[in-house]
Amino acid sequence: MSPAGALLRAVWRRMSGRIGVVVLAAMITGAVAGPFVLPSPIAQPDIEHGGRPPSLAHPMGTDQLSRDVLARVAGGARVSLSVAAIAVAMSIGVGALVGLFAGYKGGAVDAVAMRLVDAALAIPRLFLLLLLLALWERIPLVVFIVAVGATGWFGTSRLVRGEVLRLRESEYVAAARALGGGGGRIMFRHLLPNAIGPLLVAATLGVGDVILLEAGLSFLGLGIQPPTPSWGGMIFDAREVLVTAPWASVFPALAITLTVLAANLIGDALRDAADPRSA
Amino acid sequence: MGRWLAARVAHAIVTLAVAATLLFFLMRIVPGDPLSRLSDDRPISPREIARLRERYGLDQPLGRQYAAFLSGTARGDLGVSIEFGRPVTRLIAERLPATLLLGGTVLLLNFTLGLWLGVRQAVRRGGATDRWLEIASLAGYSVPSFWLGLLLAWLAATRWRILPSGGMHDVLLGPDAGMVPVTIDVLRHLVLPALTLSLVSIAATMRYQRTAMLEALALPFVQTARAKGIAERRVVWHHAWRNALFPVITLFGLWLPILVTGSVFVEQVFAWPGLGSLAAGAVGGRDYPLLMGTALLASALVVAGGLIADLLYALLDPRVRHA
Repeated sequence: MSPAGALLRAVWRRMSGRIGVVVLAAMITGAVAGPFVLPSPIAQPDIEHGGRPPSLAHPMGTDQLSRDVLARVAGGARVSLSVAAIAVAMSIGVGALVGLFAGYKGGAVDAVAMRLVDAALAIPRLFLLLLLLALWERIPLVVFIVAVGATGWFGTSRLVRGEVLRLRESEYVAAARALGGGGGRIMFRHLLPNAIGPLLVAATLGVGDVILLEAGLSFLGLGIQPPTPSWGGMIFDAREVLVTAPWASVFPALAITLTVLAANLIGDALRDAADPRSA
Repeated sequence: MGRWLAARVAHAIVTLAVAATLLFFLMRIVPGDPLSRLSDDRPISPREIARLRERYGLDQPLGRQYAAFLSGTARGDLGVSIEFGRPVTRLIAERLPATLLLGGTVLLLNFTLGLWLGVRQAVRRGGATDRWLEIASLAGYSVPSFWLGLLLAWLAATRWRILPSGGMHDVLLGPDAGMVPVTIDVLRHLVLPALTLSLVSIAATMRYQRTAMLEALALPFVQTARAKGIAERRVVWHHAWRNALFPVITLFGLWLPILVTGSVFVEQVFAWPGLGSLAAGAVGGRDYPLLMGTALLASALVVAGGLIADLLYALLDPRVRHA
């Protein structure tokens, strides 16, 4: 079995990992199936009578603009999960590439890359994004996702570089080189697979971070722009009716919490599986 | 030691200078003129724009702008805020005390309560306490801070009416109120934001301490201490815990920046007049000098945190500085 497959199996064997996988799968199902079975998340069918409590017609109630909260939570799941998935895939990919090259090439390439990464790590991600959002008015969703991804790879590159440095001089790499393996082949076939464990852990934990980050920025009105539903934006919209229509903010908040929790449970289980000592 | 220290400080300065450079060029590659927004609100003549561009140095070649930025930053001049029309350093200095008070309280909570809970978890590893604390701290970590803040504000301020829901000072308290009432007033305002921020961040401290403590408890000298018949409480706190504090130093370095960054959302919810709400507010006004200033300060704190952690390591463990 491939190392990744073995890790996933090990996650499923752990109770916490299993809970995480089930919760995340439920969120993804809701996000994918939502548009087919639920009303439109932006329709305002009865704007005079918004803020209705949960009922059979609206299992999570309606918000102050009479929009169906369940549909909006599902719509928010689509946005939040897509943003998280794409941004994290991007940061893991870029981080792995930079880490591989810096670690394998060594010398000046490594020194320059790591100085830059050190400096980038010193700037808090939130402030980088705030600066970008301030300058780029009405930022397109794609650019927002790219920005989140582009600010998240610094730690990953250090992680991969460390792994490469550890293995670069090992005998099996020397053997691969002796057999005529080129730099690319050694990096991607022999070195990268060894970093899959830490990379998967970083990716799952990264998903949780990005979801909280995006929710926070949307709560400030800076992330996902209305009318596109987002969990953070829903909580912001509903803060005036926190008392009279609590369902309008409780359900998106629960969605954020459960998703981040699931990502962290899976990440922990992965880490335990990859490194049993830390359990 | 002197040599090691000099190298470490030099590294920190280089890192900060590169970070400032990255920030500067990030700002220039993003499309959009920071000054164009000004014309949305009121009619503004091209001549006025040209004057503003000149004032903010935007008419200069990139190289000269960069040189001016670097030398200004080194002299502690962060430019003038577009929105407030006042020096950025002044604005930051005004907001810093509130942020330090909030961040300091959170750090204090995390590094007392968080460490204590982490040690307890390790001592009762696998037991019910360990598991419940694990779940509770992970749940706290996963809750969005701004929602938790809204919820606590509603509970404590609207429902129970025991604490103020926002701000830092009671407006009804006159300027001639004594020292004691003012302090109590500020502390009352501090409770909710500090509690919110601590609840969402304490998990990391607990986990670090738990892992470090588990490793320390497994060391042979702990077994020796137990074999000698030393009371378990003393073994835990006197023998094992001291060794479990080292990894926590790293965490302290990582947490120092929370003084500025961790509080952006929470300060916004509680209208806490700190740097976080200043930065969040600066986005809408496209006040890039102000944002650059806060970002630079936050980066400086990150670098300083790492430096302090390394210094503490070297001070406590001679192997580090001789390595």
